[in-house]
Amino acid sequence: MSNANREAPPSAGRAGIKRELPEHFRDYRHVWVFIELERGEVHPVSFELLGEGRKLADKLGMQLAGIVLGPPGEATQHAIAEAFAYGADLVYLVEAPLLADYRNEPFTKAMTDLVNTHKPEILLLGATTLGRDLAGSVATTLLTGLTADCTELDVVDGSLAATRPTFGGSLLCTIYTLNYRPQMATVRPRVMAMPPRTDKPVGRVIRHKLSMTEEEIITKVLGFNLDRQSAKANLAYADIVVAGGLGLGSAENLQLVKNLARAIGAEYGCSRPLVQKGWMPADRQVGQTGKTIRPKLYIAAGISGAIQHRVGVEGADLIVAINTDPNAPIFDFAHLGIVTDAIRFLPALTEAFTRRLSPHSHDKLAS
Amino acid sequence: MHIVICIKQVPDSAQIRVHPVTNTIMRQGVPTIINPYDLFALEEALRLRDAHGGEVTVLTMGPPMAEDALRKALTYGADRAVLLTDRCFAGSDTLATSFALSRAIVRIGETFGAPDIVFAGKQTIDGDTAQVGPGIAKRLGLLQFTYVAKIGSIDVDAREITVKRRSEGGTQMLKSRLPCLVTMLEGTNEIRRGSLDDAMRAARGQIVKWSAAEAGIEDLNKCGLRGSPTVVKRVFAPTTRAEKATQIDMTDKTQHDLADELIAAIFTRQPALEHELAFDGGQ
Ligand SMILES: Cc1cc2nc3c(=O)[nH]c(=O)nc-3n(C[C@H](O)[C@H](O)[C@H](O)COP(=O)(O)OP(=O)(O)OC[C@H]3O[C@@H](n4cnc5c(N)ncnc54)[C@H](O)[C@@H]3O)c2cc1C
Ligand SMILES: Cc1cc2nc3c(=O)[nH]c(=O)nc-3n(C[C@H](O)[C@H](O)[C@H](O)COP(=O)(O)OP(=O)(O)OC[C@H]3O[C@@H](n4cnc5c(N)ncnc54)[C@H](O)[C@@H]3O)c2cc1C
Repeated sequence: MSNANREAPPSAGRAGIKRELPEHFRDYRHVWVFIELERGEVHPVSFELLGEGRKLADKLGMQLAGIVLGPPGEATQHAIAEAFAYGADLVYLVEAPLLADYRNEPFTKAMTDLVNTHKPEILLLGATTLGRDLAGSVATTLLTGLTADCTELDVVDGSLAATRPTFGGSLLCTIYTLNYRPQMATVRPRVMAMPPRTDKPVGRVIRHKLSMTEEEIITKVLGFNLDRQSAKANLAYADIVVAGGLGLGSAENLQLVKNLARAIGAEYGCSRPLVQKGWMPADRQVGQTGKTIRPKLYIAAGISGAIQHRVGVEGADLIVAINTDPNAPIFDFAHLGIVTDAIRFLPALTEAFTRRLSPHSHDKLAS
Repeated sequence: MHIVICIKQVPDSAQIRVHPVTNTIMRQGVPTIINPYDLFALEEALRLRDAHGGEVTVLTMGPPMAEDALRKALTYGADRAVLLTDRCFAGSDTLATSFALSRAIVRIGETFGAPDIVFAGKQTIDGDTAQVGPGIAKRLGLLQFTYVAKIGSIDVDAREITVKRRSEGGTQMLKSRLPCLVTMLEGTNEIRRGSLDDAMRAARGQIVKWSAAEAGIEDLNKCGLRGSPTVVKRVFAPTTRAEKATQIDMTDKTQHDLADELIAAIFTRQPALEHELAFDGGQ
């Protein structure tokens, strides 16, 4: 399909809420989720999106498809199987050796060709470095709307209602792509809940050829440096996170946070000012401009609970706040609060946990 | 070499206030700044110019007051500034923004020489979509490198560039060709303090101002609200959790008592956690 007839009649603008989908978009159907496969691993955000995509597809009475772009081999087969296990009804597959490493050119080509051939109504991608790079190119090539970093996806009057925070989380706005297709959105990792996984047989896989050769791709991959293990904070997916804020007063006191984290097998994180001060590396920052986390337990020490911090931690099952100020905003969304000096309390908490969790403490457990 | 860098003027969002009743943004009196992420791109552009010779042109699309951001960029040492300003751009989403900016870049190329590299910031602090960079690249048919941590080497004659690009689990080393679009990662450098000369030049200097027509934009259906496929339908305040935190009672307790009490409260609310911790934690 040429892009010429994608230049649909202008929308009525933001005030014009009426939906008049141009004729050539009317056969766009089904919900697609990009299964992000990089260096042999599927990014878990893809499964979170399948969970959301399932709900949208069910509401629309449509099918849910996983989009797998990858090199021939085991990793790609695994990605396909996982897409079904997390709820896809079918998978579109573009398999080619030159999709082994992520590069913008072949991935954009593969994705836009798939869209133009099979015409999805909705296309969701993870807001990762790969997903954002790809989504921006694909949306511009297709000349359609793309809503970034959504925190809620719904179907209203048959259209995708994509809600995202604005102005640092103090407001939310709901954005629609009414007169163009597909309706595209990205979602950050961990913003949506992980759906249950059920072993299912691999279903229908529709293959599509990549009409591009290595010679046509200008960008070459010279190498890949894996992050050092220590630097690879797996904060976003940790079950327990302990974080420190400015209330800890000094870089040295962050050791108290790390000690507690080590004692309970948690990851540690921090509020943004600590990164700005150079007390913690950027990949430990929790919040709107850092990581979104969804742990079972989040312990925040000396963090005031600013809105930009809050939006990154609200998905936690249980939030415990330690703060000297009984009026700190964090107590408005924490579940358990303790008004005390974190510098004194953290060592006591570390010790108490260690005592309670040691293998010889069963009497204590029973008491 | 000729480098174009796109900057956006944004409200200093630390000071943004939302009207408690109407849920509108109270912009009045809020100071504006250059989008902080763009400064990393600007500094990188200036360094490349200093190393390889050539010129840096800063470009912004915005209201007339966006001139302030351009003057600021000149004080850091940019050679030329272009303000793309026209009522018809109002309400642009990222698709319409990248259309307008890409046309202006074409016009900059015709007027001042074709750019070898176009820079953009990783994202802005207000719209915060990270979509405009890829949008410009696609519109101009430029090779695209986002989240660049380091530009390894540039050979202007051979038209070659190598970059280190952040990816989820590590860094990709890529070799490619000029011209290209690069969005810089934050923290990759530190914006210089401009020289006195630059400050004087910035104060006196002319800023090139283009309307849509002057930038060679004819198809107004691709601009502003009309050129924006996304439609903002509703702006609202997040619903907050009604109940406040249950406070652990402090009276007459040692830190140790408190710790034990807190742990008991945690495990009461999350019984499964105790079991998991007993096996995984405590090493
Ligand atoms: C565009 C933008 C994006 C942002 N993104 C993020 C983000 O991603 N993540 C983020 O965290 N922030 C972010 N921020 C910053 C955010 O607005 C807050 O400034 C920041 O979260 C505050 O950090 P803090 O709670 O550590 O410090 P403060 O707000 O200074 O709070 C310190 C707290 O410690 C308490 N305290 C002091 N002494 C003690 C003690 N001895 N024991 C216990 N408590 C004590 C104080 O009562 C206070 O509540 C962003 C801001 C902007 C403008
Ligand atoms: C709260 C809010 C939410 C929005 N959500 C969306 C959305 O989901 N989808 C959508 O399509 N639009 C959205 N918009 C509109 C979007 O913000 C505007 O189109 C804006 O002009 C550019 O997008 P950005 O600020 O996200 O830039 P980004 O894409 O984050 O900017 C990346 C880089 O592009 C360059 N750049 C961006 N704007 C300019 C400019 N005006 N002049 C020069 N260089 C520039 C800068 O180098 C910048 O660092 C939203 C706007 C707001 C206020």
